[in-house]
Amino acid sequence: MENNELIPKKHKILDVYAQTDLDITYIVEYHGPLVVGTFLQVSIPRVGEAPISVSDFGDGFVELTIRKVGTLTDEIYNLNKGDYMYLRGPYGNGFDINQYKNKHLIVVTGGTGLAPVKQLVNYFSDNKNEVKKFDILLGFKSPKDVLFKDSIAKWKKNANVIVTVDSANALKTWDDKEGLVTEFISEFKVKDIDEVEVIVVGSPLMMKFTVLEFLKRGIPKSKIWVSFERKMSCGVGKCGHCKIDDTYVCVDGPVFDFVKGETLID
Amino acid sequence: MGFKLSNIEFNDIIKELSKNHKVYAPKRVESRGRFSDTDLILYKEIEAVEEIVYDKKSTYSPKEIITPITQTMFYFNEDGYKEANIDDKKIVIFIRPCDINALRRLDTIFLKNGDTEDYYYKRLREKVTIIMIECKESFENCFCVSMKSNKTEKYDLAVRISDEGVLCTSNTKEFTELLSKYKEVDFKPKFVKKNINVVNVPNITDINKEIFNHEMWDEFNARCIACGRCTTTCSTCTCFNTTDLHYDDNPNSGERRRTWASCHIDGFTTMAGGHNFRKDNASRMRFKAMHKIYDYQKRFGENMCVGCSRCDDICPQYIKFSSTINKISNVLKEGGKDGK
Ligand SMILES: Cc1cc2nc3c(=O)[nH]c(=O)nc-3n(C[C@H](O)[C@H](O)[C@H](O)COP(=O)(O)OP(=O)(O)OC[C@H]3O[C@@H](n4cnc5c(N)ncnc54)[C@H](O)[C@@H]3O)c2cc1C
Ligand code: SF4
Ligand code: SF4
Ligand code: FES
Repeated sequence: MENNELIPKKHKILDVYAQTDLDITYIVEYHGPLVVGTFLQVSIPRVGEAPISVSDFGDGFVELTIRKVGTLTDEIYNLNKGDYMYLRGPYGNGFDINQYKNKHLIVVTGGTGLAPVKQLVNYFSDNKNEVKKFDILLGFKSPKDVLFKDSIAKWKKNANVIVTVDSANALKTWDDKEGLVTEFISEFKVKDIDEVEVIVVGSPLMMKFTVLEFLKRGIPKSKIWVSFERKMSCGVGKCGHCKIDDTYVCVDGPVFDFVKGETLID
Repeated sequence: MGFKLSNIEFNDIIKELSKNHKVYAPKRVESRGRFSDTDLILYKEIEAVEEIVYDKKSTYSPKEIITPITQTMFYFNEDGYKEANIDDKKIVIFIRPCDINALRRLDTIFLKNGDTEDYYYKRLREKVTIIMIECKESFENCFCVSMKSNKTEKYDLAVRISDEGVLCTSNTKEFTELLSKYKEVDFKPKFVKKNINVVNVPNITDINKEIFNHEMWDEFNARCIACGRCTTTCSTCTCFNTTDLHYDDNPNSGERRRTWASCHIDGFTTMAGGHNFRKDNASRMRFKAMHKIYDYQKRFGENMCVGCSRCDDICPQYIKFSSTINKISNVLKEGGKDGK
């Protein structure tokens, strides 16, 4: 049983925060090294297992932000502080923070796509002298879907942050932007293309059109980073669900530069 | 060097092996085949050589012995986990050259890919002793020669079974000892050198983006019914789903299971929210075909398909994978451009 990677371990939930009506952030007891952009296989025995991105981590804890969408996540939604989750991992390659140091970093996310890069955004917001310029563009469906509001408020002090919603439904209190993320990419002024690194994470369609906008502006594919989401059952390169061409998203990804990302035809 | 045993003598060997092994071989199961008048030939435990169907191809591959169709991974209750046990006995399989070559593909996925060894596969795989059944001649549809998997040296014992008895040759000390009291003869297994079904396998460096989007796949939208039988019979398909279940009498206890999955069947790529990466049967066929003769090779250095042609034998729609491979080669020869 020692070398059985697939047996999950019991972890205590230390804290729970509601982000939206459907998304909840769980602070879970966790010891061991983690990398931004990797994921854990989260389960409740008798219900099921699913891949969930590490949205943040620190001494003795991991933060997971989980959207209620189905069998397992419905059940997780009911968990409280003091309850337990079962975890295995971490899996995947994640983002290499060094890649973005001393660069003009642009991060664009759609919806829950913010979760896998939140820790990275935090890092460069806290250490803003480590990037030349930092632009952040966050898209959500509507004002009530905005995630990590406290963090966003903090980032706004240290970086150029644009928050946009597809539709604000004429909400008077909404003083950020309205429209798809692709409409705001022209607002980023790129001085030196060689210095730019772009990270795009969201739904398959959002990533497709956002990446296109950057390509149109001459950003090379090797400087655009995406994180793929695919159906996964094992997380360790055996079950075959996440395979695209000769690439296993769970072990080779989920983070790819677009030179590679472009070649992956499902 | 080899040995010649009568069936009665060989049955003594099987009996001896059975003391601490489960002995599996292709066995006839009556009238459940694709057409109701054809029997199924399935891998089952045997006690005597006469039960082995040596002159026909088995309908299903032996893979289910080491990757069961459904397998309990572990049980759980309020207190924790208990790993699902397996039989203490070791395993002997009577297996053909193409299927021995297929085993290497299973090993690659389960033991090498992704840097971790699959615990459940390994614990069964380690138990396996291989007795190769010589193929006297190619069966209908087989294209093992085209896939370069007609030959192998990876066996513990090789046998030529006939109604008159069994000729065998051993690659291990254990089998040589076990056989030493029988009549020595000259025997070396032969391998099939030619199949009627000759398949033109494309060179992977010729595969281009155009072939992925080519109209040649469109016919499968009408023809393939996405039943997944081609993948269940396939000796090299390895994909699986993981599911949990709980017991009615105690909802807090249950088990986690793993079950074969097929890339032809709905849901294989469906994510929460309903996004499905390959909706139509044409793109699923393209995905499977490319895995078998292109991307697996790109990653691991040899093609995944071994040409056992069980997929061709079983398809209720008479879709021939071997013809599909030929078609890919033809399209590439014509420049790979879309004919539209
Ligand atoms: C690398 C990676 C990282 C991820 N990170 C996160 C994260 O940080 N946070 C997060 O919330 N999620 C994340 N996800 C997604 C998460 O894994 C899924 O939301 C989760 O698997 C859903 O599981 P479930 O059992 O709750 O849903 P399920 O019950 O499995 O529901 C989804 C399934 O049900 C079916 N289904 C449900 N609704 C429909 C419909 N309308 N139409 C058709 N079929 C439907 C589909 O088959 C689908 O696969 C990540 C996924 C990956 C691959
Ligand atoms: S190719 Fe034939 S056996 Fe395979 S899924 Fe399609 S109809 Fe079924
Ligand atoms: S794809 Fe068909 S011929 Fe190739 S190994 Fe699988 S069942 Fe055999
Ligand atoms: S999730 Fe199983 S192979 Fe990637």
